[in-house]
Amino acid sequence: MRGILSVVATRLRRGDAVAHAFTFVFGATVVGVTGLLAWELWRNSALARQQFGWGFLVSQTWDPVAGQFGAAAFVYGTLMTSALALIIAVPLGVGVAIFLAELAPPRLSAVAGMLLELLAAIPSVIYGLIGIAVLVPAMRQWVQPILKTATGGFPLFSGPAYGIGLLTAGIVLAIMIVPFIVSVGREVLLSVPREQREAALALGSTRWESTWKVVLPYARPGLYGAIFLALGRALGETMAVTMVIGNRPEIAASLFAPAYSMAAVIANEFSEATEELYLHSLIEVGLVLFFLTMIINMVARGLIAATAGPGTAR
Amino acid sequence: MTLLFRNQRRKIVNVVMLGMTAFSTLLSVSVLFFVLVYLIVKGGSSLNVAFFTELPKPVGESGGGMANALVGSAKMLGIAAITGLPVGLLAGLYLSEFAGRTMAGAVRYAADLLNGMPSIVVGIFVYTLVVLPMKQFSTLAGGLALGIMMIPIMTRSTEEFLRAVPVSLREASLALGASLTLTIVRVVVPAATRGIVTAAMLGLARVAGETAPLLFTSLGNAFWSPGVLHPTASLPVMIYNYAVSPYDDWHRQAWAAGLVLLTLVLLANLGARSLLGGRRHA
Repeated sequence: MRGILSVVATRLRRGDAVAHAFTFVFGATVVGVTGLLAWELWRNSALARQQFGWGFLVSQTWDPVAGQFGAAAFVYGTLMTSALALIIAVPLGVGVAIFLAELAPPRLSAVAGMLLELLAAIPSVIYGLIGIAVLVPAMRQWVQPILKTATGGFPLFSGPAYGIGLLTAGIVLAIMIVPFIVSVGREVLLSVPREQREAALALGSTRWESTWKVVLPYARPGLYGAIFLALGRALGETMAVTMVIGNRPEIAASLFAPAYSMAAVIANEFSEATEELYLHSLIEVGLVLFFLTMIINMVARGLIAATAGPGTAR
Repeated sequence: MTLLFRNQRRKIVNVVMLGMTAFSTLLSVSVLFFVLVYLIVKGGSSLNVAFFTELPKPVGESGGGMANALVGSAKMLGIAAITGLPVGLLAGLYLSEFAGRTMAGAVRYAADLLNGMPSIVVGIFVYTLVVLPMKQFSTLAGGLALGIMMIPIMTRSTEEFLRAVPVSLREASLALGASLTLTIVRVVVPAATRGIVTAAMLGLARVAGETAPLLFTSLGNAFWSPGVLHPTASLPVMIYNYAVSPYDDWHRQAWAAGLVLLTLVLLANLGARSLLGGRRHA
């Protein structure tokens, strides 16, 4: 007891306790800022929450003039564009991760990995700029007419080819999230023990078979984690989507139709929302986004931790 | 005979699938080069001295520049660095050196949550916290929004780099009779400086391109913005506004601005990475 006391006394004298307390304030600040953020969103959406209740999420009416607000069209737009992005980006991203982790020589893998990190560093407004200038015309002239003819009037690929719309937004998002899938996916694949591969190869499997039947199943939770992390990014991505999705609050059957996403409606309408109910409704959209990304990110971290945990050496 | 066929098929599948992974890599990397080349071609032709020195011209008049947006962005990055860097740094220090299990878990969880937050949500937060009470869009609000985004980036990477400092270094210092605080200040932090500077540069580069949190915090401004309490133009918001406008002249300006922004962001990234040498970091 005396020993502990004297240690404590020594520490106090030397100012370690002061340093501890000082840095603690900043650690607490991080928690405080995050808590305050959630609280502000909750508090400033009170009017909309009271007025519309859970109906907010299922109503499609978004009419600022009549004071009627429902976010279903935005939720739909966000979920659809993110789903499309995943459909495109998952095979691509996992493919790249396999190449970098299993096939490429270390130097090539390092260079390609760095280039992909630069890709992730490109600001989203620049993706939007390129999207408007390159992707939208290409979709209008080539991709959408070809898809339409090829599928012969299938409802998903019908309607006029505007160039903008759900599909275009999904493609831009896919390009933006591939680097996230790759960087986490590569780490996860590298954490699969070497013996697993060697055992498969020693039994006579080809390189691909050892990857597909041994390495990927082993790394599955971590890969799902990488995908969820990318999904979290896609759900909240604002600028690039706003610039190419068409900004029309409707739920249409076709992927060619202009739509709207949660982040986009906040970006477009926030500074013109003068009525309090209007503002609170937009903030409630932000609140939904907050909870959605929170849950997705939690799942992602859990999955990644499950794979990259102890016992898996490089 | 069938066995031979089967083996041949397996080999073909092997080559085809591995080829496809290589192709995916090529495709993904080529996007980077496409964006770069496209911006250089489109932006390079619109870029001139006036872009850096003049104010935007009203619609219909050609020429003009984005000097006010460049200064606005710089001021907001300054505010972000002043607010976000120290908080993130010291919180990271707390995590790696002092925190107990519970508190460390809470701080890490909060930082990860903040890191995954869509930037537009951070914009709403600063709007309700700063813009509404002050009844004014401002450089300060925009800078704070960017600063908040920097906090989790700095916290987690500072922690990571401090943890990477070998225990033997700390033990050597402690064994010589230095206090824990002295050890941290004189031994641990200096050993991790390079990594921390890298993290700061990457963080600044990331928030420099953020548009969404500025839309309704710093808003925009066609003129110079004095001090920090008035709305200000910024490079990313200008790109957005000009890109979605119907005017050809503005489109050209948007390309020029895009080229400038991308160049700055990529240079900061490359600089940060070269500082770190070949060492990888998440």
